[in-house]
Amino acid sequence: MRPLLLLPEILLAGGALAALIGGSFVPRQRQWLVRIFTAVVLVATIVAAAIQIHSPATSAFDDSFAVDTATGMARILAASGTLLILAVAADEISGSARESETYALLLFSTAGTVLLAGANDLLALAVGFLLTSIPLYALIGLAHTAVGAEAAMKTYLMGALFGILLLLGVTVLSGLTATTGYAELTNRLTGSPRAAVTVAAVAVITGLMFKAGGVPAHFWVPDAAQAATATAAAFLTTVPKIGALVAIYRLAVVLPPSSSWPVLVAALAVASMTLGNLAAFWQADPRRLLGWSTVSQVGFLLVPIAVAGRSGLALPSLLVYLTGYTVTNVAAFAVSAALPRRRNLADWRGVAAGRPWLAAALLVALLGLVSTPPTAIFVGKLTTATAAWDGGSAWLAVVVFVNTVLSLFYYLRWIAPAYRSRESTPEDREQARLNDEPPRPWSARLAVAAAALSLALGVTAGLLWALVARQ
Amino acid sequence: MLSLIVFLPLAAAVALAAAPRLSDTVARWTWVAVAALDLGLIAVLWARYHTPPPGELAFAERATWIPGVNSSYHIGVDGFSLPLVAMTAVIYLACAVYALRERHRPRAHAALFLFLQSVSLGLFVAADLILFFVFFDLSIVGMYFVIAGWGHGNRAHSALKFFLYTFLGSLALLVGFIGLYVAATPHTFDMPQLTATPPLQGRPLAGGLVLAAILLGLAVKTPAVPFHTWLPPAHTDAPAVGSAVLAGVLLKMGTYGFVRIAMPMLPQAWRAWAWAVIAVGVVSVIYGALVALAQSNVKRMIAYTSVNHMGYIVLAVGVAGLVAADTAQARGVAVAGAVTQMVSHGLITGALFLLAGVLRDRAGTYDVHDFGGLASPAPAFAALFAVGAFASLGLPAFSGFVAEFQIFTGSIAAAPVTAVAVLGILITAALFLRALQQVFTGDTAGASIGFTDLRAGELWSIGPLLLLSVLIGVLPRPLLDVIEPAAHAVVGLLRR
Repeated sequence: MRPLLLLPEILLAGGALAALIGGSFVPRQRQWLVRIFTAVVLVATIVAAAIQIHSPATSAFDDSFAVDTATGMARILAASGTLLILAVAADEISGSARESETYALLLFSTAGTVLLAGANDLLALAVGFLLTSIPLYALIGLAHTAVGAEAAMKTYLMGALFGILLLLGVTVLSGLTATTGYAELTNRLTGSPRAAVTVAAVAVITGLMFKAGGVPAHFWVPDAAQAATATAAAFLTTVPKIGALVAIYRLAVVLPPSSSWPVLVAALAVASMTLGNLAAFWQADPRRLLGWSTVSQVGFLLVPIAVAGRSGLALPSLLVYLTGYTVTNVAAFAVSAALPRRRNLADWRGVAAGRPWLAAALLVALLGLVSTPPTAIFVGKLTTATAAWDGGSAWLAVVVFVNTVLSLFYYLRWIAPAYRSRESTPEDREQARLNDEPPRPWSARLAVAAAALSLALGVTAGLLWALVARQ
Repeated sequence: MLSLIVFLPLAAAVALAAAPRLSDTVARWTWVAVAALDLGLIAVLWARYHTPPPGELAFAERATWIPGVNSSYHIGVDGFSLPLVAMTAVIYLACAVYALRERHRPRAHAALFLFLQSVSLGLFVAADLILFFVFFDLSIVGMYFVIAGWGHGNRAHSALKFFLYTFLGSLALLVGFIGLYVAATPHTFDMPQLTATPPLQGRPLAGGLVLAAILLGLAVKTPAVPFHTWLPPAHTDAPAVGSAVLAGVLLKMGTYGFVRIAMPMLPQAWRAWAWAVIAVGVVSVIYGALVALAQSNVKRMIAYTSVNHMGYIVLAVGVAGLVAADTAQARGVAVAGAVTQMVSHGLITGALFLLAGVLRDRAGTYDVHDFGGLASPAPAFAALFAVGAFASLGLPAFSGFVAEFQIFTGSIAAAPVTAVAVLGILITAALFLRALQQVFTGDTAGASIGFTDLRAGELWSIGPLLLLSVLIGVLPRPLLDVIEPAAHAVVGLLRR
């Protein structure tokens, strides 16, 4: 049993319950107490995970939950991502009617993500999927707007559909092998009919794409990113991906290559990055643009998974990219959350002149998403592309860089107006009013800190690599 | 020492950007002081420089960076990089002096150029492919902001075109680098290691593809025809100092890549594709000159002569790949000429672009037809422009002559057919003489009336660049003594 191995998950789930129950006894203007409590839970999770990551890899609960470097990094990243996003919440939903519930939902979903990342058993995978999905529907719906309701509905329907697909794959796999544990799966699948294994692999991996927010289960991502609160948008485009991608990696290495999962993952990678980029091209709302950009980022993140088992760089490069992505994506959403009324790219004109630090954070975050060196995503993209080539898929590395060039265009569509000077024309009274609006303090601080962190992680990539490459 | 030289401007840039209460005058002079200090440090470096043994770098420094993919912070200088490092510092100092009159957000301007200086110096001393790429990419980001923030005309469009086009090139380069890494045993991004044991030997297809990716990246940056179309709009709409840095320093990153990366790391593929490189070089020379001849916009004209001048370099490095035992000496001379041309073109074209900036500053136009008889109201301007033009067309006693003479001596000896490129010199001579005649001679007319002559700051920024060009033209030995060992070494490496 050894339940102590699951201390981070216990902390998250217990903290979520405590926040939910405790929140109903705290008056509305004192709800910040719950926020502090949530932050403490997350810090404790990070500390527990950081201590555990140094011990040798093992597993808990009859080998149904792996406790290794990948799980450790997923715990640290998911908890850190949520912790950073609390700063956005501090501005946005402080004193609102559903504040403590939001924190409880964030913690539940984080716990689900970590469970997904560590799942070493098909049933644990299914539980993790549900635990991370259900809070998301509520988080999106909390925006209490018409578009928010539509986005929540869309997400729910997509989630239900792909959840069923996942369960179908799980059923077929366990039916073929009479086991649900990953350890036995590889051996028992060798003699199974190839078509059935392929169908199951396609179903499970496609089901997980809902959580990853990649093609073909991506339709909810831009809508949710646009309609939800900034807190929810930043969370749902960042944290669930961590669990989903690590889960796909774990599953990929146990499935037999004859089930053609490498081709499937490579195809999903190319489709996600290309479609995400092309759809982002002409978006006018920065949040929607970021939503599509996260779809393309999932494509890049799937590249190392496509060569899992064929290149020693696959897992470390995936974890490095995830680290960079978490920090950078949070920074980009934080910039948008700091000036929430600028919901059109044209509104960002002249931000650099009035708010130089915020504009610098935007610049670093967006150029980071393009993977300009020396940011953390650059190291991630460099190593994932190298892993692809090393694993015998040089063409995938080329596709990655072609898509990187494509992505530059729409990120520049946001950077360029921010650095243009404010030429005041008469009809720009609205613009002047926007310029007088002070940025939300915590979001702005978060944006600058996260952008600086993404630079620092890139420059000190050797330390990060030493951590993720531990066997 | 080398790290200090590279990162001193960056530290100053951060300080300038973070200190909002600084007055504009202090910011301007800080830039000049830091650029001068950096040049002083490089002078000390040059004085202490001895040609390193083959395969090694002088003043090398190394620290681990991303151990997982064997990429390290590895820097050092040799006969190729040292002259370019010095040239870079000279051009940035000239720009700092020229920009003392910059009125539009001078603090941010100074910080951005100091950042670009660090990036440029870092690129020329990098001894690791990923480090090289980091600086290569950051130079594009920096220049984008120079054009978009301080340019004129259709600057947003030009800057975007510049960014997208050169970014495409830089990623092609990165694909090539990853190819080199994967093919090398053990896997590494370290330049001296890759040079010592070139990967992809005996694999013509893979070697050719990796070389193609690297050549595409470098050709976009250089730029060589047909990848030059981003250059004219970028130059036309960039501010004067931006153009000087873009033409003087940033274009050299492409040509430097040929002698530093493509030739020594892929010798077999380079030999196999030498004629293609030569053809691109010759076409760039002739095409660049012909299109320059058709321009009436002075800045566009100078931009196209850059395509022409970069063509000589491409031609020379291509000829170096025509390996034959009896032409080793000649090919070494051609490569030495190519590196001399990089230094020479930086100085001369930097000066010419700054002079073109004076035209716009006074008259608001670059069109030769708007001027006439400018020599009488602005004799100093006329004199410097004439000197720059003659230096650019390769008249003896200027650095351009030393460079082009070596390139042609070496090239024609190894491949007589390359003599057609001499036509390029003829056409450049014609176009410069025509422009000089149109702008400076005749009756003072049009925008020339009331034209103020060069101010002290302009004189002291443009003058030294041309003076250095003359100095190299008259006394080329100190420079060639540094370049030649490296040039002959790379020709030797190509034989493998």
